[in-house]
Amino acid sequence: MTDKALSFRLPTPRNLGYSFNWVGRIGLLVILFWAVVAIIGPEIAPYPPGEIVNWDYFTPMSHDYLLGTDYLGRDVLSRILMGARYTVGIALVSVFLACAGGVILGMVAAVVGGWFDMILSRLLDAFNGIPSLLFGLVTVAAVGSSIPVLVLTLAAIYLPGSYRFARALSVNVNTMDFVTVARARGERTPYLILREIFPNILGPVLADLGLRFVFIVLVLSGLSFLGLGVQPPNADWGALVRENIEGLSLGAPAILFPSVAIASLTISVNMFIDNLPTKIRDRS
Amino acid sequence: MSTPLVSVRDLKIGATTDSGRHVEIIKGVSFDIAPGEIVALIGESGSGKTTIALSLMGHTRTGCRIEGGEIRLGANTVTAMSEGQRAEIRGTEVSYVPQSAAAAFNPSQRIMDQVIEITAIHKLMPRDAAEKKAVELFRALALPHADTIGSRYPHQVSGGQLQRLSAAMALIGDPKLVIFDEPTTALDVTTQIEVLRAFRSVMEKGGMAGVYVSHDLAVVAQIADRIIVLKGGEIQEEGATQQILDAPAHPYTRELLAAFEPVLHKPLEFDDADHQPPILEVRNLSAGYGPIRNGEPGAKILKDINFALERGRNLGVIGESGSGKSTLARAVAGILPPYRGEVLVDGFQQEASLAQRSKEQLRHAQIVFQLADTALNPAQSIETILGRPLTFYHGMKGKAREARVIELLDMVRLPANLRHRLPSELSGGQKQRINLARALAAEPQLILCDEITSALDTVVAAAIIDLLKELQRELRLSYMFISHDLSTVEAICDDVLVMYKGEVVERLPAAKMSTDATHPYSQLLVSSVPKLDTGWLSGLEQDPALLERFGNR
Repeated sequence: MTDKALSFRLPTPRNLGYSFNWVGRIGLLVILFWAVVAIIGPEIAPYPPGEIVNWDYFTPMSHDYLLGTDYLGRDVLSRILMGARYTVGIALVSVFLACAGGVILGMVAAVVGGWFDMILSRLLDAFNGIPSLLFGLVTVAAVGSSIPVLVLTLAAIYLPGSYRFARALSVNVNTMDFVTVARARGERTPYLILREIFPNILGPVLADLGLRFVFIVLVLSGLSFLGLGVQPPNADWGALVRENIEGLSLGAPAILFPSVAIASLTISVNMFIDNLPTKIRDRS
Repeated sequence: MSTPLVSVRDLKIGATTDSGRHVEIIKGVSFDIAPGEIVALIGESGSGKTTIALSLMGHTRTGCRIEGGEIRLGANTVTAMSEGQRAEIRGTEVSYVPQSAAAAFNPSQRIMDQVIEITAIHKLMPRDAAEKKAVELFRALALPHADTIGSRYPHQVSGGQLQRLSAAMALIGDPKLVIFDEPTTALDVTTQIEVLRAFRSVMEKGGMAGVYVSHDLAVVAQIADRIIVLKGGEIQEEGATQQILDAPAHPYTRELLAAFEPVLHKPLEFDDADHQPPILEVRNLSAGYGPIRNGEPGAKILKDINFALERGRNLGVIGESGSGKSTLARAVAGILPPYRGEVLVDGFQQEASLAQRSKEQLRHAQIVFQLADTALNPAQSIETILGRPLTFYHGMKGKAREARVIELLDMVRLPANLRHRLPSELSGGQKQRINLARALAAEPQLILCDEITSALDTVVAAAIIDLLKELQRELRLSYMFISHDLSTVEAICDDVLVMYKGEVVERLPAAKMSTDATHPYSQLLVSSVPKLDTGWLSGLEQDPALLERFGNR
């Protein structure tokens, strides 16, 4: 009866149980929008982002300059389009590196246990003790600022937190009977972490990833403010906010729109993560 | 009959599921309880027995709603009261004894403070009077050290004591109706007797009415005056205890009773069994937990275990919780490496730890766990779960693997299209069958069953036992069957090991457990199993010296 009906349904997301609500869809749309902008942004920018196009600074929105001009008279729209590539790109790559590394190490530590777990945990705890901005400052100052260095530094800063989180979740799953059964069957660590543990910690790990993404955007902005992030004349959104901070009292669009851009991206990432399909979120 | 204390008329309780679907849990139930009468609600899980019992307090679990009908308790119509008014009668008119007393006590408060909390909430009496009354109740419930036990913390008393203390908590406000929600299900049989006796005597003395929720007919027979049999939220049969036991009218009641009939196991005869080594032999096995010093772990659980299991025979392992039954299964399977002794499967010695055993060695002995819920990965479909051992041990892929999965499902009497589902979409009995099928996928010779029927309803458990027997005939398996339920062991095993505190105290033929037991602990254990006879508990006489020595009170 029901079984028959089940087997003849079309495999749409809704029928497979992967549909999610409107809040999540709006979040996903905004993320996709910024991702597209990051790719094609420089091509559709009306002016070169580094060029001073207007002798007046902090101008309001106008037909020529859709989002006004900044403190040097550069076109804000062009600069936001250019900044998307840095902010979205750097933050996404670093958050994926940090979470992938942290989660894999965390699961391995939980499954292997014993000395391996102890040494790795203490090492990463010690690393966690270094203030993140200071660490970024020292590395970038020592190695020099480039995009790969920024990405790796940010990933390194956020890896221990992700490790702790994933390890705590994995330790709980690791004590479940189905993992014991797999062990008794003779399965090795890679199978255990990939097939038995990972699917069951996926939901919380994704929520953690969303949160970490926001932190990385903020630290990246902090580094840019100190002059160690993205180098002028290029800038990420955080740097745009910083360099136009004087415009705040003038209500200039030059400071408003980069802030709106950061807010829209970080909020929509969290909206999407919090409203993932129940099948992914509530598996454990 | 005088006016009943409780009358329930056409009670309907429903809930809305996550997907927005409306389900009826209780479908129009009516019954009465006279003052001083104990009525048992009996049925399998999901039959609505706890839901009905809770509704007598005007309470429903989150998401459920009383949607129709009327509940009258004394002069109060519970269904028409506001939540505040209901709170007024809870503790004074009606009270509740939960299934797990350990979870019902706050671990960071002294027992006395928690027992007399009701008198403080309802301002019934001053603290001194309340404490005095609590001590009287402790005495009536036959608790040891009645004067001082109240000053202990919950972790400082045993499980059976805690259950009696939670009854004292319920009784302190002199309620007219006490609801017992499976209060002895989590206890060992020897402890259960004590608790049942205490409950019965205190209820008789106080003249209170009670509702006793249970799935165990034998327990209910000892304490209830009347039994209501429930299934699927409807009353199937209602009658005096003796009548239900002697002359059940409804087929479902008969099914429940039939599950109690001891089905004696007939050992299978295999022609060539004599000339082969035993399928499992354990010599001088010792195992434990904790950090290892001088080659011995900190907490030693198993001490010098010896036994052999012949091919095609079944060995039962019985004992109370904490006796080391499950640890024995884990040590044999290699999940917990023993620190001393040998395990031989099919005559070949097994390495102590899992990592050193070969795939082939691991394949021969498979373990099945008690809780099917946690033993199946909730993120994998049934096909993936059953397919993995096929790929892992036999290298099967694609179509061949799928065909074998369907074959396995058929072996455990499940339909083939179940393979696309997730474990959460199956019932408890189905999950346990999948669990068994996964073990069978390895084509083992020996299956270690760790309490595999304990979490299941009687009727479902009986079906699993039948399945095990059938599989044994077809596949020539041997089982090591761990259980605390003696009648289950009797139904499937040839021999029984009685364990106590990590040692095997006796080995007996299963069919002669009640007559042949010589060790005092085995005798105590065997005599403590409730019988389907209303006079069993009153007529039961156990040696107090034995209870003192072995009863885990």
